[in-house]
Amino acid sequence: MSNPEYYNAVKELLYKMADDELIMGHRNSEWTGIGPVLEEDIAFGSMAQDKVGHAYNFYQLLHEMGEADPDIIAFQREEKKFKCCHLVELPIGEYDFSLVRHFLFDHAEYLRFEMLSNSTFEPLANLAKKYKGEIKYHVFHANTWIKQLMNGSEESKARIQPSFNELFATAYSIFEPGPFEDTLAREGVFAGETVLQSKWEETVSSICSANGIILAQVNDKSLAYGGRKGYHTEYLSPLLNEMTEVLRSEPGAIW
Amino acid sequence: MKIISLDPRISRISELPGQDETVIVDHQEGWITYEVFHQKKTGTQHTHVGIVHAPNAEMAIIFAKESFARRGATSNIWVVKSEDVTALDYTDSDIFDTTAEKTYRDASFYKTRDKIDQLKGNEGHE
Repeated sequence: MSNPEYYNAVKELLYKMADDELIMGHRNSEWTGIGPVLEEDIAFGSMAQDKVGHAYNFYQLLHEMGEADPDIIAFQREEKKFKCCHLVELPIGEYDFSLVRHFLFDHAEYLRFEMLSNSTFEPLANLAKKYKGEIKYHVFHANTWIKQLMNGSEESKARIQPSFNELFATAYSIFEPGPFEDTLAREGVFAGETVLQSKWEETVSSICSANGIILAQVNDKSLAYGGRKGYHTEYLSPLLNEMTEVLRSEPGAIW
Repeated sequence: MKIISLDPRISRISELPGQDETVIVDHQEGWITYEVFHQKKTGTQHTHVGIVHAPNAEMAIIFAKESFARRGATSNIWVVKSEDVTALDYTDSDIFDTTAEKTYRDASFYKTRDKIDQLKGNEGHE
């Protein structure tokens, strides 16, 4: 346990997971007040809050491992230090786009947490078990919407399929391997992005084919890589600016 | 103009009709109203908590969960189409009227209430 590489590997894993959750949560929260119907507005906003809550707990775990305070990590890091994937950075688009992203992201999240619930790194295994129910609902919500819209009108079908076309390749950015894949697998912390990716492909393709969605063949799955190394899309920087705007207007203010 | 509904999803500002036109709401344009019943603990009764609008029961459950069960303990949720609820007309509410001398039918009539309260140590009651 005193092995520094072990700790660095765990930290790397926690950072990317937390950053994905924070940025996804922030993006989805942008629908608050402008959702398609009242009930869905509430549901989507509530799930966005769940995601920010997950991020907070991962940052807290990092803090206990010697990293900065969660508020500092979340709001006072430069863009380059963020490890989120490109999928979560993209603007919300129209509602179909946000729903399809939610579907693609949350299935990966659900499977990741399922894998982590057996992790040898106990604090992470405990969090993964704790969030199981929340993410189960998120996935249930996503599946129900996809099914609903693919069995809906011509317009709803004509909106969902193009969103898959647009997002599917970028979704592979979730599974960009990190520098510590071997260590994590060897130590039993996390079986790795490759394992997760194939589980995800299996789940997503079976739900999609059941609902008549065609998934494009993705030849280069590394097309949207970079996020895990700190290279981001042009959309992350404006998001961070907006997220930290109030904080920067009065640094050190006590709430 | 005849107002069909106060629901903003049905009467939209951008779709305001002319003076004498009537808005016709197409099938499925106005979603179905579902009554939501919330159960706190397994084994306890489901309690009516409100309504949601949804295109079908599955979506109604999705919406009801976040609208009525995101705070506090929840064990289960029911959704039931409002149109499937049978109710009396309020003009018939007088069938519930009862005469004053029939209080012996009420549990409150029985004198043991005082003893029960006493056993419970509830001193607020005489």
